[in-house]
This record gives sequence, structure tokens and C-alpha cells, in this order.
Amino acid sequence: MDSKRRDFLKIAGLTAIAGIAAPSAFNTLLKGEALASAGPAASGHGAAAPTGKRYGMVIDVKKFTENPGLAEQCVSACHTIHNVPDFGNKKDEIKWLWVESYEHVFPEHSQDKRPDALKEMPILTLCNHCDKPPCVRACPTKATFKKKNGIVAMDYHRCIGCRFCMAACPYGARSFNWRDPRGKDANGRPFIKAENPKYPTRMRGVVEKCNFCTERLAIGQIPACVEVATQTKGLIFGDLNDPNSEISQVLKTSFTIQRNPAIGTHPSLFYII
Amino acid sequence: MYGKGRIIPALILFLGVMTSPMWYCSGDAGNLPKPEKPKDYTECVAPTQFMRTSHMVLLNQWRDDILREDGARKGITANGTEYDRSLQNGCMKCHSNKKKFCDVCHEYTSVKPYCWDCHLQPKEAM
Repeated sequence: MDSKRRDFLKIAGLTAIAGIAAPSAFNTLLKGEALASAGPAASGHGAAAPTGKRYGMVIDVKKFTENPGLAEQCVSACHTIHNVPDFGNKKDEIKWLWVESYEHVFPEHSQDKRPDALKEMPILTLCNHCDKPPCVRACPTKATFKKKNGIVAMDYHRCIGCRFCMAACPYGARSFNWRDPRGKDANGRPFIKAENPKYPTRMRGVVEKCNFCTERLAIGQIPACVEVATQTKGLIFGDLNDPNSEISQVLKTSFTIQRNPAIGTHPSLFYII
Repeated sequence: MYGKGRIIPALILFLGVMTSPMWYCSGDAGNLPKPEKPKDYTECVAPTQFMRTSHMVLLNQWRDDILREDGARKGITANGTEYDRSLQNGCMKCHSNKKKFCDVCHEYTSVKPYCWDCHLQPKEAM
């Protein structure tokens, strides 16, 4: 064969490039992106064509200011039903639903020249059940996942307690069980005051969070916190994709804000301040 | 082979001693576990033989189906009885005594399932 050194080097170079580039190109084309980002929602701004259910909630903060104690009742109902332990210290706190101040719920908003009333407002907050949940992308074991109805749920059996999801969640909606939730404190007080025999507890070393009362929805009930706030209409729960649902009507007629929408998680929680 | 006269009998003795627990119990499976069956219910969600060998598979299927796929929370037995597809609210409704049912076989076979780290067992049986 009469080939020149120059030609040989050209062919060798091209082969090397093709060899390196082809597998990664195939992988990207065939598999698409990571699971969580392959959802139905379109990229960029603008609404994606909704498919199926997407449960969401509107939190009317004014109603909680008008009814002092209501927020705490909601929290207590949630935590009692789901056997959420109270470790009695802020550092180990487990929270599915909790009360927070305006500046902590909306830290990205300007706090300059805000009315004083805003500072004292008890603002309920919980898992946002994002349409693009960063926690789901972070979970290495698929212990947390997005269901077809929009709920970001957890399978505690699979949780290995790596806490990647806690680092990924921009809303602090996830808590880690540093201690055994079935245990007792130094004074012999059990961390779970009264166990609900219908629902499991968790064990030490797993992460937990709000599940939008999946187990109640399955038997035709509304979430526990919404049930407590029914009378005042402080919490409105429903299908965001159904244009005729109560929540859609409220969203159409009221000005609502979401927690940190700029990061693109598409929260399913909306606040009326 | 050097020291044949000592090594071979010593080996035989060693093997005999090591396997003595097997000889000692040969032909006897020990006290077979007798899990207490519920008195008020006669029918389970699946045939006894299947439940004996594969109840853990069934529990995993229920879990994955209900948690991830929004599967039905209720099931119906062959004779038409409705039941909860749930360990805590389904199985334990009939098999209400964990100590006399679950633990009996699990102890015999030396398996330690971690179900009860999270799931609550019926109060009256504790």
C-alpha cells in the first residue's frame, strides 16, 4: 500500500474523534436527559400543555392572620396523623408542615419598607410538590419520585439517608431523622405523643417530608391541613390542571405568588399575601 | 506422607467434631414453628402455600404498586372478601398477634425483617 504519512495521520485523528464522540452522542440522543427533567413540562417560560392531574394548593395568608391559632392547628393535625416526632429541639426538628415568617418564606423578595404586619404573619409552608423537583433528580436510590398526579412522594424503604435531597430542596421542606422517632427524651416523654395506628412511623436515618396526604386522597379524603382550614378557606387544595376546579378559579381571580419561582422548580403551592 | 498414622485419624476426629451438630440433629428438624392462625377469619388473600413462601414478595408488590403507581388500596379475595393491601392495616387486621404469628417462623428461620422499625404492630398484642 502506498499511503503517505500525512494521510495516515488524518485518518487516525478522525477515527479517534469519532470514537470518543459517538458513544456520548448516542447516549444523549437515545436516553434523553435525566428522568426528572424528562417530564411533560416544556422548557423555558410559558405554560406547558397540561396532561393528567397536578395537585396544588393555595395558601391564603390573610385567613391565618384573621384566625390566630389556625396555622398551629393545621400543623398539629398533620403531624398527629403522620406520626411526626417532636424531638423538642430546633436542630433535630422534623417538619412536614410548619409556620415561618414572611422574610424566611420569601427571602428573595425585597424586605425593604414592608409593613410591620407582614413580619408577624404566620405563613404556613410545606413541600411545594414542584413540577420539576430537584430532590427527585438528586435522589440516588429513587426513594423520592414524582407521581402521575403531581405529588412528590417518598418510599422510606428505599431511603439510605444520604440527604442529597435535603441539599437539593431549595425550600427546606425535608427533614432528617437524626434520632429514633420511636424513642423517648431524657424525661421519658415519647417523641411521638400518640401513635396513629393507621400510619407507620419512620426510623432513624431516613429523610421525611409532606406527602400531600396521598393516603387520604386515595380514600377520597382531602389533606388533613386543608380539612382543618376548610371553614375559613385558608387552604384551597385541588387539581391545577382542571380549569373548573376551585383552586383554578381562585388562581384565575386572585394575585398569587410562589416561593422562589426564578429557579425553575415550578412549585405547586401558591400564596395570597 | 509423614506422620500418616497421626494425621489421618486426627483429621477424621476433627471432621467428626465439626459436623457433630449435624449428626446430633440428623433426621430431626427441631420443634417446627406453629404460627397461630386467626380464629375469626378462614381465608387469606392468597393460598397458604404461596403465602408461606412468598408473602414478602407480595408485600413488596403492594408497596411499589400503591406508592408509585397509585394502585388500588383494596383487594378482593377469591371468595369475595375485601381487604386492605397493607401490612399494617391489612395483614395485621386478621393476624393481629405479631409475636404468635410473624415472629414464630422468623425466629425459627433466623430472619430479621425490618418491617417493624417503621410499621406499627397492633397494640393489644404487644
